[in-house]
Amino acid sequence: MTGFPTLFYKEVLRFWKVGFQTVAAPVITALLYLLIFSHVLESRVRVYETVTYTSFLVPGLVMMSLLQNAFANSSSSLIQSKVTGSIIFVLLPPISYRAFYLAYMLAALVRGLSVGAGVLLATLWFAPMRFTEPFWILTFALLGGSILASLGMIAGIWADKFDQLAAFQNFLIMPLTFLSGVFYSIHSLPPFWQQVSHWNPVFYMIDGFRRGFFGVSDVSPWHSLVVVATCFVLLSMLTLGMLKRGYKLRA
Amino acid sequence: MTSAIDIQQAAKRFGEVEALAGISLEVRQGEFFGLLGPNGAGKTTLISALAGLVRLDRGHIQVMGCDVIADYRNARRQLGVVPQELVFDPFFSVRETLNIQCGYFGIRQTRERDAWIDEVLENLDLSSKADANMRSLSGGMKRRVLVAQALVHRPPVIVLDEPTAGVDVELRQTLWRFIRGLNRDGHTVVLTTHYLEEAESLCTRIAMLKAGRVVALDTTANLLRSYSVHALRLKLAPGAMLPPRLASHAQDKDGVWSISFDQYAEIEPVLAELRVSGCALEDLEIGKPDLEDVFVRVMRGKEAFPPLLPESGVNVSAPKLLGSMG
Repeated sequence: MTGFPTLFYKEVLRFWKVGFQTVAAPVITALLYLLIFSHVLESRVRVYETVTYTSFLVPGLVMMSLLQNAFANSSSSLIQSKVTGSIIFVLLPPISYRAFYLAYMLAALVRGLSVGAGVLLATLWFAPMRFTEPFWILTFALLGGSILASLGMIAGIWADKFDQLAAFQNFLIMPLTFLSGVFYSIHSLPPFWQQVSHWNPVFYMIDGFRRGFFGVSDVSPWHSLVVVATCFVLLSMLTLGMLKRGYKLRA
Repeated sequence: MTSAIDIQQAAKRFGEVEALAGISLEVRQGEFFGLLGPNGAGKTTLISALAGLVRLDRGHIQVMGCDVIADYRNARRQLGVVPQELVFDPFFSVRETLNIQCGYFGIRQTRERDAWIDEVLENLDLSSKADANMRSLSGGMKRRVLVAQALVHRPPVIVLDEPTAGVDVELRQTLWRFIRGLNRDGHTVVLTTHYLEEAESLCTRIAMLKAGRVVALDTTANLLRSYSVHALRLKLAPGAMLPPRLASHAQDKDGVWSISFDQYAEIEPVLAELRVSGCALEDLEIGKPDLEDVFVRVMRGKEAFPPLLPESGVNVSAPKLLGSMG
């Protein structure tokens, strides 16, 4: 694993040096979502009997921020270094494709978890929180972050310009995360859209994650775990395959 | 002794373009080797293949006996590459950049590592900029950092891909002093450059590439002897024109016409032809052969050099091309 610790450290340092943009800003954004949605919907919506809407919203926002930032970290780091040419610094040394994958993926996960923790801490002031089944909180946070970090690597390697990456982000990642039950339970949707939601892997990440807080969920957390773990394995294999072949990195 | 670099039948195609057409080349340990050629000749592709950035369609390359694909980890440890493009990571300072580069090669932070980084910074006149962010550096400074990055892991083989393109005289001198020192210490250096006077003064052996093929390969001295000839340099008086036959053999460089010749006996008929045609001269000198002549002759190939004075009976030898290397 030559080079792995340094590449991981460099990737963490990269986002940490611009922490206002990469950690503080997403926390503020999530907080604004919470303030606006809870103000408008607190008295009108009640998803679970014992949970207020604001409390229901918090885990969804935490997970959404975690996922979006894990994706943003690996994708932006790769596209930036590809466009500027500095990717050469990590392609010339004796770093294996596995070490490359782990370093980028884990650094993106660290950023996702940092933002998620920041959102959780900031929102504790606004809504009482329970941590009924912490195992599920941790499991889905780690798996969900790893999936989006891998997806970010795929997008960063595939995209040749920022425009293509923005398309990936806006037409795939944003709809998947927004339409996953962050702001609502899918039981409140018409049957057709409930069915559609079951094809969205992000729904299972958020539903399983929320289960850890309240002990209730739309589907069984074990069912969610199977879906999320399968996605993780498939995306990891795809990313590792791209790196091994040197897809768009080595001509 | 193991070759520093051993390239066997390296071939690479990018779509319709044949970037490398089965190049074979060996660079011995301790050599200062020049890789010359016009743009698009395949120099950067060859270096990229050497560094593992480009995968060959066929053929193989070894660095210090390590295959760049099968044993890529060891091959890359032996190699330090200074890329042609001026690239940098804008998030870090110079010292952070070098520390990170060390880590990529698995070199842990020790007093020895810090001392080596200090030495590299000192030799490249970068000590005062060690804690400056990369973004704040001038182009020349960034180029120095690229050189430093290629050297942090003390590679036995150093490849410099046009390291002095667009940089000032001071940096060139600093850089070459340092690189010559490394070469004296036993490091093998491979240089590509468009500055042929640099290659002539630095390189002990030179390969010339054209359209993905090696078209000349020899020691610098032999190349100068075999390919190059003396040159008669003529500055014409205002309004004067070279006779058409001579003009077809001459090259114009900044208003000075240069006519190559092998033997001094060839000069007299040229002067006679000038006199007969009434071509007035402002200045005349006989120049020694240089690498630029060699380069131009090799790149033009045989057909571009018909005998200068076919009628005179003087035997003018056309440059010998390395047909076997093609």
